Amino acid sequence: MLDLIAKVFGRESPSAEIAKERLRLVLVHDRSSVTPQFLERLKEDLIRVISEYMDIDTETMDVRLSQTEQHAALVASIPVRRVKRVAP
Amino acid sequence: MGQVIVITSGKGGVGKTTTTANLGAGLASHGHRVCLVDADIGLRNLDLLLGLENRIVYDLVDVANGYCKYKKALIKSKQFDNLFLLPAAQTKDKTAVRPDQMRDLCEELKQEFDYVLVDSPAGIEQGFQNAVAGAEKAIIVTTPEMAALRDADRVVGLLEAMDKERPMLIINRYRPGMVRKGDMLAIDDMLEILAIDLLGVVPEDEQIVVTTNRGEPAVLDKHSRAGEAYRNITRRLMGEQVPLMNLDDDDGILSRIKRVFGFGAR
Ligand SMILES: Nc1ncnc2c1ncn2[C@@H]1O[C@H](COP(=O)(O)OP(=O)(O)O)[C@@H](O)[C@H]1O
Ligand SMILES: [Mg+2]
Repeated sequence: MLDLIAKVFGRESPSAEIAKERLRLVLVHDRSSVTPQFLERLKEDLIRVISEYMDIDTETMDVRLSQTEQHAALVASIPVRRVKRVAP
Repeated sequence: MGQVIVITSGKGGVGKTTTTANLGAGLASHGHRVCLVDADIGLRNLDLLLGLENRIVYDLVDVANGYCKYKKALIKSKQFDNLFLLPAAQTKDKTAVRPDQMRDLCEELKQEFDYVLVDSPAGIEQGFQNAVAGAEKAIIVTTPEMAALRDADRVVGLLEAMDKERPMLIINRYRPGMVRKGDMLAIDDMLEILAIDLLGVVPEDEQIVVTTNRGEPAVLDKHSRAGEAYRNITRRLMGEQVPLMNLDDDDGILSRIKRVFGFGAR
């Protein structure tokens, strides 16, 4: 709509706004594109921490980064065998 | 014991070398002992900006590889007795020096100098790794363009992963007129996008070309707008609180006349 008004008045929308929005999106993507080694290290750390609280199935666990245009989310599916009794 | 600061950017041609020369001269003008290290091996430039290109005998590669003592390779600047340049080698490439050698060299230079500024090459490959190896702090230079900002963000990420101190940002070649028209990203937009601390903003300034031609950094030129910005940044580096200069006072003829006569937005 804003675009249309701008066109009618013979002005395009300010290019800085376009640049800002495009940059925002591309950086979400850049920042979340991680290497397999990075994920592997993250996975090992997760296993170490979680194992203090529960027995998990490290064979079938799945950790990955899910990305859409706007967001990135860390998705982990970690089968639990047994919850440990930790002192409160 | 001094500090080692790397000036880096990711993208080329955004003003790293200009910034290194100006902050070096700025710090030296306050009496600090300063050593500038040109880590852009194969693309030597810092010597030109300081007007020292005819005095080079030994270089960074000679020193890092132990062929000569660093003191033998240092060149004293024309303007200050306390400002020195360790030039890059021109005929070798980035692989002629290793990060661990750079770390050792910076350790040594820190004993002697208050500030060691390392001018980094563009990119994120070995040349960059060499330049950042011995530095505890980083200054990231960008221009208000998408590609430069994107590369800057990449470098911030890499530095974070190396456990350096939070990097500081210099926005170079800023053009308030274009920002007013909505055709250049404003300072706050850039800071919001990159989420890092601002060290300073340097306006686009033709005087940079003139001072570079003469081999005398703009920071020493009272009439240069970019020079004023670099004088402010110098003081911020020294820990002073200095407000941003009035950037809106740009290319207008009136403000130019005022500047020539020594009053106006100073
Ligand atoms: N604030 C400025 N105003 C005008 N020209 C500038 C400014 N800063 C840098 N330049 C010019 O931009 C070019 C690249 O600068 P340089 O410092 O060599 O960049 P880098 O070291 O990042 O490759 C040079 O020609 C320099 O004179
Ligand atoms: Mg350079």
